[in-house]
Amino acid sequence: MELGLNVDTSNPTYTVIVVRGELDVYSAPKLREALIELVSEGHRKLIADLEAVEFLDSTGLGVLVGGLKRLRSNDGDLALVCTQPRVLKVFDITGLTSVFRISSTLEDAMAG
Amino acid sequence: MVAGTKSIELSVPSRPEYVAVVRLVVASLATGKRNLAADRIDDLKLAVSEACTNAIEANRKAGLDAPVVASCWEAPDRLEVCIADSGAGFEPSALSVHPEVTDPERLSFERGLGIPLIRSLVDDLRFESTPQGTKVWMTMFGGPDSGDETTEIVRSVVERD
Repeated sequence: MELGLNVDTSNPTYTVIVVRGELDVYSAPKLREALIELVSEGHRKLIADLEAVEFLDSTGLGVLVGGLKRLRSNDGDLALVCTQPRVLKVFDITGLTSVFRISSTLEDAMAG
Repeated sequence: MVAGTKSIELSVPSRPEYVAVVRLVVASLATGKRNLAADRIDDLKLAVSEACTNAIEANRKAGLDAPVVASCWEAPDRLEVCIADSGAGFEPSALSVHPEVTDPERLSFERGLGIPLIRSLVDDLRFESTPQGTKVWMTMFGGPDSGDETTEIVRSVVERD
Protein backbone atom coordinates (compact mmCIF):
# COMPACT_ATOMS: atom_id res chain seq x y z
CA MET A 1 0.00 0.00 0.00
CA GLU A 2 1.28 3.44 -0.96
CA LEU A 3 2.20 5.78 1.88
CA GLY A 4 0.37 9.09 1.81
CA LEU A 5 2.11 12.21 3.09
CA ASN A 6 0.54 15.67 3.26
CA VAL A 7 2.40 18.63 4.66
CA ASP A 8 0.38 21.49 6.14
CA THR A 9 2.28 24.71 6.79
CA SER A 10 -0.77 26.91 7.49
CA ASN A 11 0.01 27.20 11.21
CA PRO A 12 2.69 29.84 11.88
CA THR A 13 4.40 27.76 14.58
CA TYR A 14 3.84 24.13 13.73
CA THR A 15 4.33 22.24 10.50
CA VAL A 16 2.05 19.24 10.35
CA ILE A 17 2.87 16.14 8.35
CA VAL A 18 -0.14 13.86 7.95
CA VAL A 19 0.86 10.23 7.39
CA ARG A 20 -1.55 7.72 5.82
CA GLY A 21 -1.22 4.00 5.17
CA GLU A 22 1.34 1.43 6.24
CA LEU A 23 4.70 2.48 7.61
CA ASP A 24 7.20 -0.32 7.11
CA VAL A 25 10.55 -1.07 5.48
CA TYR A 26 9.10 -0.35 2.03
CA SER A 27 7.39 2.95 2.78
CA ALA A 28 9.40 4.39 5.68
CA PRO A 29 12.21 5.82 3.48
CA LYS A 30 9.63 8.14 1.93
CA LEU A 31 8.82 9.56 5.38
CA ARG A 32 12.52 9.81 6.22
CA GLU A 33 13.14 11.87 3.07
CA ALA A 34 10.16 14.11 3.81
CA LEU A 35 11.35 14.78 7.37
CA ILE A 36 14.91 15.52 6.21
CA GLU A 37 13.56 17.89 3.58
CA LEU A 38 11.37 19.74 6.07
CA VAL A 39 14.28 20.20 8.48
CA SER A 40 16.55 21.40 5.66
CA GLU A 41 13.87 23.90 4.68
CA GLY A 42 14.01 25.34 8.17
CA HIS A 43 10.93 23.77 9.77
CA ARG A 44 11.72 23.17 13.44
CA LYS A 45 8.39 22.46 15.18
CA LEU A 46 6.95 19.41 13.51
CA ILE A 47 3.87 17.37 14.32
CA ALA A 48 3.42 13.98 12.67
CA ASP A 49 -0.27 13.10 12.57
CA LEU A 50 -0.41 9.28 12.68
CA GLU A 51 -4.19 8.91 13.01
CA ALA A 52 -4.49 7.44 9.51
CA VAL A 53 -1.53 5.07 9.90
CA GLU A 54 -2.86 1.53 9.57
CA PHE A 55 0.34 -0.28 10.38
CA LEU A 56 3.62 0.72 12.00
CA ASP A 57 6.63 -1.49 12.59
CA SER A 58 10.10 -0.85 14.00
CA THR A 59 11.43 0.48 10.68
CA GLY A 60 8.74 3.17 10.71
CA LEU A 61 9.47 3.79 14.36
CA GLY A 62 13.18 4.15 13.56
CA VAL A 63 12.41 6.85 11.02
CA LEU A 64 10.38 8.78 13.61
CA VAL A 65 13.21 8.41 16.15
CA GLY A 66 15.67 9.62 13.50
CA GLY A 67 13.43 12.61 12.77
CA LEU A 68 13.16 13.46 16.47
CA LYS A 69 16.93 13.27 16.88
CA ARG A 70 17.51 15.46 13.84
CA LEU A 71 15.03 18.06 15.07
CA ARG A 72 16.27 18.13 18.65
CA SER A 73 19.83 18.61 17.45
CA ASN A 74 18.50 21.67 15.58
CA ASP A 75 16.62 23.06 18.60
CA GLY A 76 13.37 21.71 17.27
CA ASP A 77 10.90 19.02 18.20
CA LEU A 78 8.76 16.30 16.65
CA ALA A 79 5.45 15.67 18.39
CA LEU A 80 2.99 12.95 17.44
CA VAL A 81 -0.79 12.70 17.20
CA CYS A 82 -2.07 9.19 17.69
CA THR A 83 -4.94 7.44 19.45
CA GLN A 84 -4.85 4.09 17.66
CA PRO A 85 -4.11 1.25 20.08
CA ARG A 86 -2.34 -0.87 17.47
CA VAL A 87 0.10 1.96 16.70
CA LEU A 88 0.48 3.14 20.30
CA LYS A 89 1.31 -0.42 21.32
CA VAL A 90 4.55 -0.27 19.31
CA PHE A 91 5.61 2.86 21.21
CA ASP A 92 4.60 1.24 24.51
CA ILE A 93 6.55 -1.97 23.98
CA THR A 94 9.71 -0.13 22.93
CA GLY A 95 9.43 2.38 25.78
CA LEU A 96 9.31 5.27 23.33
CA THR A 97 6.11 6.74 24.76
CA SER A 98 8.37 8.55 27.19
CA VAL A 99 10.64 9.86 24.44
CA PHE A 100 7.96 11.33 22.18
CA ARG A 101 5.27 13.81 23.12
CA ILE A 102 2.14 11.96 21.98
CA SER A 103 -1.20 13.78 21.90
CA SER A 104 -4.74 12.64 21.15
CA THR A 105 -5.61 15.57 18.90
CA LEU A 106 -3.81 18.03 16.70
CA GLU A 107 -5.10 20.86 18.90
CA ASP A 108 -3.54 19.26 21.98
CA ALA A 109 -0.26 18.76 20.13
CA MET A 110 -0.22 22.42 19.15
CA ALA A 111 -1.07 23.49 22.69
CA GLY A 112 2.26 21.91 23.64
CA MET B 1 10.58 -30.09 16.41
CA VAL B 2 7.61 -28.48 14.75
CA ALA B 3 4.13 -29.26 15.99
CA GLY B 4 1.41 -29.65 13.38
CA THR B 5 1.33 -29.69 9.61
CA LYS B 6 2.46 -27.15 7.10
CA SER B 7 -0.43 -25.24 5.59
CA ILE B 8 1.34 -22.48 3.68
CA GLU B 9 4.75 -21.99 2.15
CA LEU B 10 5.35 -18.66 0.52
CA SER B 11 8.58 -17.72 -1.19
CA VAL B 12 8.99 -14.05 -2.03
CA PRO B 13 11.81 -12.00 -3.52
CA SER B 14 14.06 -10.41 -0.92
CA ARG B 15 12.69 -6.93 -1.50
CA PRO B 16 10.92 -4.49 0.87
CA GLU B 17 7.70 -4.33 -1.16
CA TYR B 18 7.03 -8.03 -0.43
CA VAL B 19 6.98 -7.67 3.36
CA ALA B 20 3.37 -6.45 3.21
CA VAL B 21 2.42 -9.48 1.09
CA VAL B 22 3.83 -11.93 3.64
CA ARG B 23 2.20 -10.27 6.65
CA LEU B 24 -1.16 -10.10 4.87
CA VAL B 25 -1.06 -13.77 3.89
CA VAL B 26 -0.14 -14.89 7.41
CA ALA B 27 -2.76 -12.57 8.95
CA SER B 28 -5.42 -13.88 6.55
CA LEU B 29 -4.65 -17.45 7.52
CA ALA B 30 -4.75 -16.57 11.22
CA THR B 31 -7.99 -14.63 10.83
CA GLY B 32 -9.73 -17.25 8.73
CA LYS B 33 -8.64 -20.43 10.39
CA ARG B 34 -7.51 -19.74 13.93
CA ASN B 35 -9.30 -18.72 17.08
CA LEU B 36 -7.24 -15.62 17.75
CA ALA B 37 -8.52 -12.24 18.92
CA ALA B 38 -8.12 -9.28 16.57
CA ASP B 39 -5.33 -7.71 18.63
CA ARG B 40 -3.41 -10.99 18.61
CA ILE B 41 -3.67 -11.03 14.80
CA ASP B 42 -2.22 -7.49 14.83
CA ASP B 43 0.61 -8.75 17.07
CA LEU B 44 1.32 -11.57 14.63
CA LYS B 45 1.29 -9.20 11.63
CA LEU B 46 3.80 -6.96 13.35
CA ALA B 47 6.03 -9.87 14.37
CA VAL B 48 5.99 -11.25 10.80
CA SER B 49 6.83 -7.82 9.42
CA GLU B 50 9.81 -7.54 11.75
CA ALA B 51 11.10 -11.03 10.94
CA CYS B 52 10.73 -10.48 7.17
CA THR B 53 12.52 -7.14 7.36
CA ASN B 54 15.41 -8.81 9.20
CA ALA B 55 15.45 -11.67 6.66
CA ILE B 56 15.68 -9.26 3.73
CA GLU B 57 18.48 -7.39 5.48
CA ALA B 58 20.34 -10.67 6.16
CA ASN B 59 20.14 -11.71 2.48
CA ARG B 60 21.22 -8.24 1.36
CA LYS B 61 24.21 -8.19 3.72
CA ALA B 62 25.29 -11.59 2.37
CA GLY B 63 24.99 -10.23 -1.18
CA LEU B 64 22.47 -12.93 -2.03
CA ASP B 65 19.54 -12.81 -4.41
CA ALA B 66 17.88 -15.55 -2.35
CA PRO B 67 14.18 -15.46 -1.49
CA VAL B 68 12.62 -15.06 1.92
CA VAL B 69 10.52 -18.12 2.71
CA ALA B 70 7.55 -17.90 5.05
CA SER B 71 5.84 -21.09 6.19
CA CYS B 72 2.89 -21.64 8.51
CA TRP B 73 2.34 -24.77 10.55
CA GLU B 74 -0.99 -25.48 12.17
CA ALA B 75 -1.55 -27.69 15.22
CA PRO B 76 -4.68 -28.05 17.34
CA ASP B 77 -3.42 -25.61 19.96
CA ARG B 78 -1.11 -23.31 17.99
CA LEU B 79 -0.04 -21.61 14.82
CA GLU B 80 3.68 -21.55 14.09
CA VAL B 81 5.17 -19.19 11.53
CA CYS B 82 8.70 -19.60 10.24
CA ILE B 83 10.55 -16.87 8.34
CA ALA B 84 13.74 -18.12 6.70
CA ASP B 85 16.63 -16.36 5.00
CA SER B 86 19.93 -17.52 3.49
CA GLY B 87 22.11 -14.91 5.19
CA ALA B 88 25.23 -15.46 7.28
CA GLY B 89 23.36 -16.13 10.52
CA PHE B 90 23.70 -14.42 13.88
CA GLU B 91 24.08 -15.19 17.55
CA PRO B 92 20.79 -14.30 19.28
CA SER B 93 22.48 -13.97 22.69
CA ALA B 94 24.90 -11.39 21.25
CA LEU B 95 22.19 -8.87 20.41
CA SER B 96 22.98 -5.40 21.70
CA VAL B 97 20.91 -4.07 24.57
CA HIS B 98 19.42 -0.64 24.10
CA PRO B 99 20.04 2.10 26.66
CA GLU B 100 17.16 3.03 28.94
CA VAL B 101 14.63 5.40 27.39
CA THR B 102 15.71 8.08 29.87
CA ASP B 103 19.25 7.94 28.46
CA PRO B 104 19.79 10.55 25.71
CA GLU B 105 21.88 7.93 23.89
CA ARG B 106 18.67 6.00 23.27
CA LEU B 107 17.93 8.25 20.31
CA SER B 108 21.03 6.88 18.60
CA PHE B 109 19.25 3.54 18.27
CA GLU B 110 17.03 3.85 15.25
CA ARG B 111 17.39 0.18 14.45
CA GLY B 112 17.61 -3.12 16.25
CA LEU B 113 14.17 -2.90 17.80
CA GLY B 114 12.79 -5.77 15.71
CA ILE B 115 13.73 -8.82 17.76
CA PRO B 116 12.78 -7.29 21.16
CA LEU B 117 9.45 -6.39 19.59
CA ILE B 118 8.88 -9.90 18.22
CA ARG B 119 9.77 -11.36 21.61
CA SER B 120 7.07 -9.33 23.32
CA LEU B 121 4.41 -10.00 20.68
CA VAL B 122 4.42 -13.76 20.18
CA ASP B 123 3.88 -16.57 22.68
CA ASP B 124 7.13 -18.31 21.82
CA LEU B 125 10.15 -17.32 19.75
CA ARG B 126 13.12 -19.40 18.74
CA PHE B 127 15.96 -19.12 16.28
CA GLU B 128 17.79 -21.66 14.18
CA SER B 129 20.79 -19.78 12.86
CA THR B 130 23.71 -21.24 10.91
CA PRO B 131 26.23 -19.66 8.51
CA GLN B 132 23.85 -20.83 5.74
CA GLY B 133 20.82 -18.96 7.00
CA THR B 134 18.44 -18.18 9.81
CA LYS B 135 14.98 -19.48 10.61
CA VAL B 136 12.85 -17.46 13.01
CA TRP B 137 10.06 -19.53 14.53
CA MET B 138 7.15 -17.63 16.04
CA THR B 139 4.32 -19.37 17.89
CA MET B 140 0.85 -18.10 18.70
CA PHE B 141 -1.26 -20.32 20.91
CA GLY B 142 -4.92 -20.57 20.03
CA GLY B 143 -7.07 -23.35 18.65
CA PRO B 144 -8.60 -23.61 15.20
CA ASP B 145 -11.54 -21.38 14.44
CA SER B 146 -14.49 -23.26 15.91
CA GLY B 147 -17.14 -21.83 13.62
CA ASP B 148 -20.31 -20.31 15.00
CA GLU B 149 -21.39 -20.18 18.61
CA THR B 150 -23.93 -22.99 18.24
CA THR B 151 -21.25 -25.37 17.04
CA GLU B 152 -19.11 -24.41 20.00
CA ILE B 153 -21.94 -24.97 22.52
CA VAL B 154 -22.84 -28.35 20.96
CA ARG B 155 -19.18 -29.38 21.03
CA SER B 156 -18.76 -28.43 24.70
CA VAL B 157 -21.89 -30.38 25.65
CA VAL B 158 -20.78 -33.44 23.70
CA GLU B 159 -17.30 -33.31 25.21
CA ARG B 160 -18.69 -32.94 28.72
CA ASP B 161 -20.92 -35.95 28.27
